[in-house]
Amino acid sequence: MAEVLIVQQVLNGLALGMAYALIAVGYSLVFGILRLVNFSHGSIYAFGAHAALLFVGFEFGVLPAILLSMVCTGLLGILIDKAALEPLRKKNSVPIAALITTIGVSNIIQNLLMIWFGSEKKAFPAVFNLPMIEIGGFRIQSTQLMMCVVSLILLLVLTLVINKTKIGLAMRATEQNPKAAKLMGVNVNFVISFTFFLAGASAAIAGGLISGYYQIVYPGMGFMAGLKAFAASVLGGIGSLPGAVVGGLVVGVSECLAATFINSTYRDSVAFIILIVVLIVRPTGLFGKKGITKV
Amino acid sequence: MTKLNEKKTEGTGFIFQMESFLDKYKLPVCIAGAALLLAVPAFGFSQYLMRIFIMIGIYSILGMGLNILTGYTGLVSLGHAGFFAIGAYTSSLLMLRLNVPFLAAMICAACLTGAVGLLLGLPSLRLSGSYLTIVTLGFGEIVKMIIVNWDAVTNGTLGLKNIPKPAFFGVSMTLANNGLYYTMLIMVFLVAVASMAIIRSNTGRAFQAIKEDEMAATMMGIRTMRYKVLAFVISAFITGIAGAFYATLVGFIDANSFTFDVSTLIISVVIVGGMGTMRGMFLGAALLIAFPEVSRSLMEYRFVVYGLLLVVMMRFRPQGLLGWKSQMPYKLSKRAKALLAGKNEPAQTANG
Repeated sequence: MAEVLIVQQVLNGLALGMAYALIAVGYSLVFGILRLVNFSHGSIYAFGAHAALLFVGFEFGVLPAILLSMVCTGLLGILIDKAALEPLRKKNSVPIAALITTIGVSNIIQNLLMIWFGSEKKAFPAVFNLPMIEIGGFRIQSTQLMMCVVSLILLLVLTLVINKTKIGLAMRATEQNPKAAKLMGVNVNFVISFTFFLAGASAAIAGGLISGYYQIVYPGMGFMAGLKAFAASVLGGIGSLPGAVVGGLVVGVSECLAATFINSTYRDSVAFIILIVVLIVRPTGLFGKKGITKV
Repeated sequence: MTKLNEKKTEGTGFIFQMESFLDKYKLPVCIAGAALLLAVPAFGFSQYLMRIFIMIGIYSILGMGLNILTGYTGLVSLGHAGFFAIGAYTSSLLMLRLNVPFLAAMICAACLTGAVGLLLGLPSLRLSGSYLTIVTLGFGEIVKMIIVNWDAVTNGTLGLKNIPKPAFFGVSMTLANNGLYYTMLIMVFLVAVASMAIIRSNTGRAFQAIKEDEMAATMMGIRTMRYKVLAFVISAFITGIAGAFYATLVGFIDANSFTFDVSTLIISVVIVGGMGTMRGMFLGAALLIAFPEVSRSLMEYRFVVYGLLLVVMMRFRPQGLLGWKSQMPYKLSKRAKALLAGKNEPAQTANG
C-alpha cells in the first residue's frame, strides 16, 4: 500500500513541479540578464491567474482566455521593467534599490488584486474537465497530465527561442556581457523587455494551470508559489533553464511527499529547507555557472 | 558614486543650513525635544493615540536594529519579523510560564534572538547580495512555521494570550498610567545610545567599510566575515528587545503578528528614513506607522500607496528622506584627530 501511495504522491509532485518550473523559469530568465531577484514575480503569477479567471468568465473559450491572460501578464512584466526598473538601470543605482523596488511593485500588484477581485478565495472553473486516467493501477487526473504536457511544450518552446532564434542569441549575449552586447548592436533594453515578457507569459500559464488544478484563486497565492519557484530555480542553479525544470520537479515531489508522510502543515516549509540547504552547501545550484556572485 | 558627490555639493542649500544650525545648537534642540517627548502624556491624548506613539517607538527600535545590518553593513534582511517573533515569544513564555519579571525576560529574549542571529549570520559567510536576502526571507517564514507547528510551547495557531504588562517596584506599567509610554522612551533612548556607540566605534567603522567596498575592506585587514556575523548578532539582539516590548504592549501574539509584511515594514522604515542615519529611523517609523492611521480615507488603497512609496523612493531619493546626513564628512573623535595629527603613533589608526 505504501508503495502505491509513494508513487501516487510522486506523480502528483511531478505535475505540480512542472508548473513550478514554469514560474522558476521566469526568475531564471530575469536573474540571468539583470542579476536581479525579481520579488514581484510571485504577484505577476497571481495576476496571471486572476487575468485567466477574468477572461474565462467572458466565456469565449478557455484557450483564448489563457492566451489573452498570457499577453496581459507579459505586458505587465514589460510595464514593471519600463516604469520601475529601467530608470534605476539608467541611474546606475545600487543593487539593493532594484531589489526593494520589486518588493514595492509586488506590494502594489497584490493589493490592487485584492481591491479589484476581493481578498477571499474564489473558485476557478475546472478548465480541463476530463476524466481520470488509470495507468497500471495509478490514478492520474487529466488536469495533472495536462499540466505536465503544457509545461513541457512551453519549456521546449522557450529553450528553442533562447537557443535557435536571433532574439535568443541577443538574450544570451546580454546575459554574458550587457556592455559588449550593446557595442555589437544588440538593443539591450528591448532584450530586457522581451525577457520580462517571456517571464510574465510563462508565469501566467503556470497561474492558469495551478489554479485549474486546485480550482482556487486568491491575491495572496503568489507569495508562497513564488517562493517555492524561487527555491526551485536556486536549487537548479539560477540562470539555467534545465536547472529550473529539475529544481521545480524536486520541490514539487518533496512537497507532496512531506505533506503525506510528515504532516500537511509542513508542506510549505519543505521548499525553504531545500532553499537554505542549497544556498549554504552549494550556492550555485546543481547546474549553475561559477562566478555569478561577485565579492 | 558621482551621484553621491553631486548631492554633497547640493547640500549648501537649505538642508545644509538646517544641518549646520542643528549642529550649532545641538544641546538646546536636544533638551527641547526631550522635554516635548516627556510632556506628551500631559496633553491628554487618548489611549489609542498613546498606543500609536508607543508603536512608533517600537518600530524606531526595529529600524535601528535593521539599520545596523542594512544601513551600515549593507546586508539586506527580509526576515526580521522572524527575530521580532523570537523575541516576543521568548519573553512572553518566560513571563507567562515561569513568572520571570519583564526586564529579565526581555534580556533573555534579546540574548536568545542574538544567538539565533549568530546562526543566521553564518550563511552570510558564503553568500552575498540577493542570495543572503533570500535566506533571511526563508528564515522568517520558517520561524513562522515553527510557531504554528510547535503546539506544546507556542500554543500553535491559538497564540499566547494575557501577556502580563511590565512591573517595576510593584507598579504595573499600563497604557492608562502612561508607564508603557515612559518605558518605551527609556528603551528607545538606551537602544539609540547603544547603537550610536557601536556605530562610532571601530566595529561601526568596520561595518561601514564593508558596506562601501568589501574588497577594499578586506585589503585594509578587516575580517569582513567576523564583522558581518557580528552585525547580524547585534541587529537580532536589538530586534529581540523590540519583540519583547511589543508582546507586552499588545498582550496577545500569534504567528500572524509576524508575517512577511512586518519584515517589509521594518525595511521600509529604514529605507524611507534613510539608510545609515539614526534620526531617519525615528522619522521613518513615525511616518509609516502614522500613515495607515491618518490615511483611513484612502481605505484599502493605502497599502498600494505603501508599495508606490517604496518604488518612488528608490527612484528619486534612494538615500531616504534624511539621507543627506550620511553624506556629511565623517566626524572623527578627538583621539582619532590627535592620532592623525601625528601626536601619537599613526599606525594604530587603521583599525582595531
